[in-house]
Amino acid sequence: MTAAGSTWPRRQVELSLDGETVRVNEGATILEACAAAGIDIPTLCYLETLAPVNVCRVCVVEVVGARTLVPACSRKVEPAMEVLTDSERVRTSRRMVLELLGSSVDLSYAAPEVTEWIDRYGADPSRHGPPMRPSLAGERDSARAGHHHPSDGTTAATVAQPVKRDNAQYVRDYSRCILCYKCVEACGAEAQNTFAIAVAGRGFEARISTEFDVGLPDSACVYCGNCVAVCPTGALMFTAEHDLRASGEWDESRQHVTRTVCPYCGVGCNLEVRVQDNRVVRVTSPLDHDVTSGNLCVKGRFGLDFVSATGEDEPGGIGANRAE
Amino acid sequence: MDLRVTTERATDEERAAVDAVLGAATTGWAGGARSEIDRHVAYGGRAAREAHRDLLLPVLHSLQEKVGWISKAALGYLCARLDIAPAEAFGVASAYELLSLEPMSQVVVHVCDDIACIARTGSDPCGAVRAAHGPPGEEQGGLSWKPSPCLGHCEHGSAALVQRSGEGGGRATVAPFDGAALERVATSVAPVPELGTSAPAPAPASRAAEMALPVALVPQASSDRSSLRLLRRVGVVDPTSIDAYRAAGGYEALRRALSLGPEGVLSELKAANLLGRGGAAFPTAAKWSAVAHNPVRPHFFVANADESEPGTFKDRVLLETDPFALVEAVTIAGVVTGAERGFVYLRGEYPLAEERLEGAIAQARAHGLLGDDVMSSGHVFELEIRRGAGAYIAGEETALFNSIEGLRPEPRNKPPFPVDRGLFGKPTGINNVETLLCVLEVLSIGGAEFASIGTASSSGTRLFCVSGCVSSPGLYEVPLGTTLRELLDLAGGVRGGRELRSVLLGGAAGSFVLPEQLDIELSFEAVRSAGTTLGSGVVMVMDDTVDIAQILQRIAQFFRDESCGQCVPCRVGTVRQEELLERLSSRRPLGSVQAERALLADLGTVMRDSSICGLGQTASSAIESAVAKGLLASLEEVS
Repeated sequence: MTAAGSTWPRRQVELSLDGETVRVNEGATILEACAAAGIDIPTLCYLETLAPVNVCRVCVVEVVGARTLVPACSRKVEPAMEVLTDSERVRTSRRMVLELLGSSVDLSYAAPEVTEWIDRYGADPSRHGPPMRPSLAGERDSARAGHHHPSDGTTAATVAQPVKRDNAQYVRDYSRCILCYKCVEACGAEAQNTFAIAVAGRGFEARISTEFDVGLPDSACVYCGNCVAVCPTGALMFTAEHDLRASGEWDESRQHVTRTVCPYCGVGCNLEVRVQDNRVVRVTSPLDHDVTSGNLCVKGRFGLDFVSATGEDEPGGIGANRAE
Repeated sequence: MDLRVTTERATDEERAAVDAVLGAATTGWAGGARSEIDRHVAYGGRAAREAHRDLLLPVLHSLQEKVGWISKAALGYLCARLDIAPAEAFGVASAYELLSLEPMSQVVVHVCDDIACIARTGSDPCGAVRAAHGPPGEEQGGLSWKPSPCLGHCEHGSAALVQRSGEGGGRATVAPFDGAALERVATSVAPVPELGTSAPAPAPASRAAEMALPVALVPQASSDRSSLRLLRRVGVVDPTSIDAYRAAGGYEALRRALSLGPEGVLSELKAANLLGRGGAAFPTAAKWSAVAHNPVRPHFFVANADESEPGTFKDRVLLETDPFALVEAVTIAGVVTGAERGFVYLRGEYPLAEERLEGAIAQARAHGLLGDDVMSSGHVFELEIRRGAGAYIAGEETALFNSIEGLRPEPRNKPPFPVDRGLFGKPTGINNVETLLCVLEVLSIGGAEFASIGTASSSGTRLFCVSGCVSSPGLYEVPLGTTLRELLDLAGGVRGGRELRSVLLGGAAGSFVLPEQLDIELSFEAVRSAGTTLGSGVVMVMDDTVDIAQILQRIAQFFRDESCGQCVPCRVGTVRQEELLERLSSRRPLGSVQAERALLADLGTVMRDSSICGLGQTASSAIESAVAKGLLASLEEVS
C-alpha cells in the first residue's frame, strides 16, 4: 500500500505519460500515476493490499531510454521519466504474455477483463499448438529441477492437472494457476503469517505447494481462505462455488451479496456474503475495509455454512477435514 | 507465525547431519529434548528465523551429502531448528538440481550433455554411459546417472560430477569421462581416493602431478608465459601453499591497497577503467565507490563464482590453480567498500575448487590476512564460502543473494540495485572472479598502466574459454581488442583442418559468429556494435560436422531447465521456444515455416523485453542469431 495515510506534504515528481505531463507524489509507482491519469494498465499479479511481486509482466510499460520494458506495478516514478503505455513494444509484450498464459493455463474463470485484454492485444494462444495431455495427479508435484523430457513440440505444454480436493472448505484447481504468488504472499508475511504454501520446483514445473505436496489437513493451513480471496483466476475456490460451476449451476443472476459484520467476535470484520439459492457460496471482505484489508479468519470465511445446514450428514464442518 | 512441522521423527543420522552444521539442539523448541524451562519461555518467531535463515542451504547440503536425500522428517527437524516453515524450506530445496527430495542411489553420476561436449565429441555425449548403464535414473549396484548441464570442463569434451552420499561421501569431478571412468566409479564401494573431497591430502609427488594438469588447460602456459597476467601463477605456484603464493608476489596488492587507502584504490580502478568481466561490463570503480560511500551499514562483499554459463570454465581453473588470488582480491574489495563480511558463492559442481579455496581461506586466516586485523591494518574482514546446489539462475546477482539468504534463488526486481539493497538488504558489492583478479593486476602495475593494455575503451586482458572443434582447447588470456582470428590461431585453428562453420561467442546466452566475421575485435565496444557479446568469455568453435540445429535445441532445453519460473515470459516462453525448435527439427511446422519464424521472433521479443532478469532476456539470443545468420537449415528450406 502506498503511504496514503501520511499527512506530510509530499514532494511531487513531474513525468510524461504517453506525452502528457503529469505530477504525482514522489514514491508513487508508474501504475499509480497511470491510475491517477485515467490510463488503463492491465494487471494480474498486482493487488493493492500486497507488495508487488511483478512476475506476470502484463503491466509492462516502456520507459524511453531503458533497455527493457519495466513493470508499472512496482517501478517508482522518477523526475523527467518518459513513459509509453501503449507503444508497439508494449503491445507486443502484453500480447505475448497473454498468449503464453492463455496457451498454458485455463483462464476461463479469470476476471472478464482478461478476455477483453486478449482481444485488445490480439493474443492468439492457439498458434502455439493444441494443448498437450493433462498431467496425471501428482505428476507435476514430483517434477525435479533440471533435465526434463523434451516433447516433440507438436502439442503445447500446459499446467492442466486434476483438481486437488482434500478439505471441505476450498479446492485447489492448479490447471488455472498463473503463479502470481498472491496466495503465497497472503498465506505468508503479507497477511496470515502461516506459511502453509510456497512456490516449489523450477521453471515451467514451478508450482504452489505444501511441503512434499502433503494435503492441506496435514499442512500448516488454518483455513483462513485469504489465499482464496486473492486468487485472480479461480485456481483457489470455495468448494460450494467450485461444485456449482462444475455442474453448470453457477448462476450470478440468482445470487445476491449481503454486506454484514462477522458474528463471531468483537473485531468487527465486514463480510460480503454471496448467496445462491439460499446457500452461502462465497464469503469475502472488502479490500478497502480498514479492519480486514480483505483478510478474514476461518470463522468469518468458512463458518457461515451453518445457516444452511440441514442435518448431521451435511459436509462442511472443520471436523470433516480430519474425518477421512 | 504458526510453525507446524511433521510429527515423523528424523533418524539419528539425519539429526546428526543437521547438527553438524547447527550444533546440538539446546531447547525443546528447536527440536531438542524438552526441559522444564521450555514450558515457560518461547523461542523462535520472526527474529529467530531471520537470524539464521542463511544456514538453510548449508544444512540441506549436509543432509544430501551424509544421508543422500532430504526426507519429510529431516525437513521437519531442520525447520524446527531454523524456525523456517516446512513449505518454504521445501520450496527452496526443490529449486536445486543437486538436492534430492526422494531417496536416490548412493552414487549419482551427473554426465554433461551440454553444447561444448556435443561440439567436441559428437552428437551424443551420454551415449557411452547409456550403453554401459542403461537409461538415466535407473539404479544398478548403488549407482545411477543423469544428464547434466555444462559442468565447466569443456576443454575435455566430456565430464561427470559424482555425488556420493553416506560414509566417505562427497563430490568429485571426472573429466574426461568415458566408459572406463564409469566402471571405476561403479565398482568402488569405498570412496575413490581421487574422487572424494574427504580424501587424504595428496603426497607431494602427486601434488606436482596435479599442478602439472592445469598447464594442459592453459596452453599458453607451456609456450608463451610472458603474455600471462591473470594466469601467470597457473601451474607454477603451488595452489595449496600460502608461502608459495607470497613468494610469487602474493599479497603485495593488499599491502599496496592498505597503503593507498580506499579512496586511493578507487582512483586507481577509475584510472584503469576496469569493466566487469561477468557479462554486463559495468565499471568496477563506480560499483565499489557506490558501496563504499553508502551510509547504510553494514556492507557486504560477494565474489560470484557460480560459473555456470555453458562453455565457461575460467573461474574453475583460477580457483583450482590460484585460489589465494581470489582470497586476496576479495579482502581488498572488503577493505575498500567497508565490508567486514564477505562471501564467495561457489558453484556446487566444483569440488576441487572448493577444497582449494577452503584451504586458502584457512591459511590466510592463520596468517592474519583475514579476520579481526587484516595485515595488522586494523581492518576486519571475514570470508566464507557458500556453495550453490545446481541452479544456473543462482549466478544472477540478486538470485545469488536470495540463495545465500536461504530463499528461493529467484532474481529480484531492479532497482533497487545491490549497491543500495543487496545481500540481507544491505549495500553490497558483487563481482565475478575474473574481475576481482583484474583488481590485483591494477594494483600491481597501476591503473594507468592497466589502461594502456587492450583498447581505448576496453582495458586489460580477458580470459577466453576456447572449446569445441579446435586443436588446443583451453583457457587463453589475451589483451582485449585481440581479434577472434588471432585467438583461434593461438588455439591451433579448427581441429583436423576441417571447415569452420561458426563460433558461439559468449555461451548459451551469447550469439553465433560466422567465418567471415573472424576479424571482429574482442573488445566490449566492438562486439557490442557487431550485435554480439563477450559474455563470460566463451569461444565455442563448431566445424562442418556439428549439427547446429541440435546445438540450438540443447540451448533451448537448457534455458527451459534453468528458468526459475518466476516471470511469465521466461517460464512459458522458454518452453514454447523449445517446442518450436523441436517441431522444426522434425520438419513438422505448425502452419507454415514463415509462421514459425514469426512466432520465434515474438517469443524472443517478449523474453528480451519483459523478463525480470538476464536469463530470460538472453534466452533467445543465440537462437535468434543463428536464425539471422541462416544457420538453421529447417528455416531456410521454404523461405
